Amino acid sequence: MNEVTTRPEVVAARGIKVTFGAVKALDGADLVIHAGECVGLVGHNGAGKSTIVNAINGGLTPHAGEISYGGIRAQHGISTARANGVRCVFQELSLCPNLTVNENARIMHAELAGWNWRSRAGALVELQLQEIFPNHGIDCDSTIDDLSIAERQMVEIAVSFAGLNQKPKLVILDEPTSSLDAGLAAQLMAYIRRFVGEGGSVLLISHILGEILSTSDRIVVMKDGRVVADRSASEFSKRSLVEAMGNVAREKEWQRAGDKRNGAPVLAMPARRGQGLAFEAHRGEMIGLAGLGGHGQTETLLDLYLSRNSNWWPARRKEIAFVAGDRSLNGIFPLWSILKNLSIASLGDFSARTIVDRDREGALGNGWKKRIEIRTPDMENRILSLSGGNQQKVLFARALATSARIVLMDDPMRGVDVGTKQEVYDILRLEAAGGRTFIWYSTEMDEIRLCDRVYVFREGAIVAELAGDEITEKNVLEASFSGGEAA
Amino acid sequence: MRISTSTIRLVIPAASLALLLAAVFYMQPRAMSYTGLNLLFNLAVPIALATVAQMLIMAVNDLDLSMGAFVSFCACVTATFLQASPAIGVLIFLGAIAAYAVIGIVIHVRELPSIVVTLGMSFVWGGLAVLMLPSPGGEAPGWARWLMTSRPPFVPMAIVASIVIALVTHFAIMRSSAGVLIRGVGGNVRSVERAGWSVIRIRAGTYALAGFFAVLSGIALVGLTTSADANIALRYTLLSIAGVILGGGEFVGGKVSPIGAVIGALTLTLAGSFLSFLRISPDWQIGAQGAILIVVLGLRLLLNRLEKREKSR
Repeated sequence: MNEVTTRPEVVAARGIKVTFGAVKALDGADLVIHAGECVGLVGHNGAGKSTIVNAINGGLTPHAGEISYGGIRAQHGISTARANGVRCVFQELSLCPNLTVNENARIMHAELAGWNWRSRAGALVELQLQEIFPNHGIDCDSTIDDLSIAERQMVEIAVSFAGLNQKPKLVILDEPTSSLDAGLAAQLMAYIRRFVGEGGSVLLISHILGEILSTSDRIVVMKDGRVVADRSASEFSKRSLVEAMGNVAREKEWQRAGDKRNGAPVLAMPARRGQGLAFEAHRGEMIGLAGLGGHGQTETLLDLYLSRNSNWWPARRKEIAFVAGDRSLNGIFPLWSILKNLSIASLGDFSARTIVDRDREGALGNGWKKRIEIRTPDMENRILSLSGGNQQKVLFARALATSARIVLMDDPMRGVDVGTKQEVYDILRLEAAGGRTFIWYSTEMDEIRLCDRVYVFREGAIVAELAGDEITEKNVLEASFSGGEAA
Repeated sequence: MRISTSTIRLVIPAASLALLLAAVFYMQPRAMSYTGLNLLFNLAVPIALATVAQMLIMAVNDLDLSMGAFVSFCACVTATFLQASPAIGVLIFLGAIAAYAVIGIVIHVRELPSIVVTLGMSFVWGGLAVLMLPSPGGEAPGWARWLMTSRPPFVPMAIVASIVIALVTHFAIMRSSAGVLIRGVGGNVRSVERAGWSVIRIRAGTYALAGFFAVLSGIALVGLTTSADANIALRYTLLSIAGVILGGGEFVGGKVSPIGAVIGALTLTLAGSFLSFLRISPDWQIGAQGAILIVVLGLRLLLNRLEKREKSR
């Protein structure tokens, strides 16, 4: 690691403090990135990863501490950071959905102006896409709206790595693989190594520890707004990383209960478009929808939901609750309090003659706050004052607080830290034992392994059904990939 | 070949305009002439300009409820100051455009709803217009009159003007690199901000450009009517919004189409004549115009659904 530290600094943030109201988001964090290294940044949700990224890219002015670019302390701001070659790919997609790929490149690269900018932008993006994701098949004249979520993420990554006059010096990737399947993620990781080999730097934030361990040179662990570990990647293992983050790694101690398939299914659906297998769910089952991202899992969940609820007129008794995956798009009400966000789905249960009973609403809020440990001093605080993981917990509580016996989940754990996940898993198990049925689309193998039964999707249809001990990473991968060449 | 979304967006407004035009020609074959077309579309030119102005504001996710009052104000300035002492008239217009830029800045910096701010401004513009022309009157400048009543060979002025407006604004908003920034602000402000652009400047520039087109609309209107009145263009507020929507634009998300907006303005103008030809009493005309709008928008919704289904297949 001595070899790395002798290289010039690209960005150095020292003693950064940032507070949001009473919350200390960063409490004297140091982060130095040198040329030609890939730094992995891990930590709980709410550990301050996003905040320090925002401080480095100029979007946020720290209340204390200093940030220097290339060893020189400069004025702070987005344009200063960009002038020093710092680019950022954010966790939530930040392209303009109404513009084409070329036009988005123009927004990211101010140099693309004057006559003929459109074709130059096209060439730039095309070249970079080809370099990172060979055979991507994205048309640069198509509008972002028309692209799938994985394609959008690919475009955003490519646009950020592209350089017209100068290559970027530091690219910050915040959960870059959250919507990419394993193949694309591997291509990206390979490109990061090449980019770093050519002297660029990358700051990689990911909750997939395997990615961090295999790609980074150095790993920085954050906890409660501070850096708690900063060592070369070879000194870490998955286990030691998790320990450094402050989560006690829990062994999988629970045993699957026997087959719960008895009696009539509570929910069933014939094979989608006449292909593949039919779907059915029984009382108290936890069912996983697996397969590569975007192969019809979300659509199936929506179909299941609509099979019990009219598209036009909401049903009086709700049998099904839905936990959305895209928090900001169709999960939270950003202007409302935490309590209101939690109680919205079950207002009917504790209102008398259409008037909401505030006391019962408050009691419900406090009950769930204790049960799932929503980290807030007051449930009346705005929902946006919570970190992403805690917002997601509120969405879970919203669904579980209803009287619905079936809960559909659309990859709800995207970007949620390990500790929170474990807490939620425990609650899910408890609820399933109580007779609730969970139907869970997940892109993470650990979650799929928690399920009693798994349907694997490929190209919009169910291609395999795995139960009990058959649910292994190997079986799921086999089912998601096999026959791909024939199609 | 794959048809792009923006092309599909244009199909419905263009088809409805063609359909309406065919219906008018069927009922009044004499309209199928140079003079007939000119008469049908004459009043569309100022509406088209106002629609383009509104479209710019809508491209940055705002709405301008002062459009009608502002165009009336510009018409009054054209009929008085611009005619009597052009230098002062031009100065007033420059001031008005600057005022639009300031409105954009205020809306952005204070995070105010544009509807409220522009609604307030509509009374300011209306008041100024009444101060200038308490009673209908004034006179059109000779050049504006000449421009609007000139008779180019083969194609009437109204059509030529509409095509020019459509092409110029299409280039400025859809093709130029500056237009991308305007639509980008409508699509995702944070992304534009994070790329290091000054959104205040973009918004101010967009508002100023909208003000410029609204000024042109006022001048064009007086060129046609030869005199002005403080209330001459009040209905332009809703007409311009309807024109943008009819032309495939949307209220939020930076989805706009300049060519569609001009076509939308033409369709709205034609709808009025069409209803007159049908001998529908003026009492019912507004309702009937609304019905046409609903039909066209319903068609668009249907097309969007089909497109979505196609995509998911």
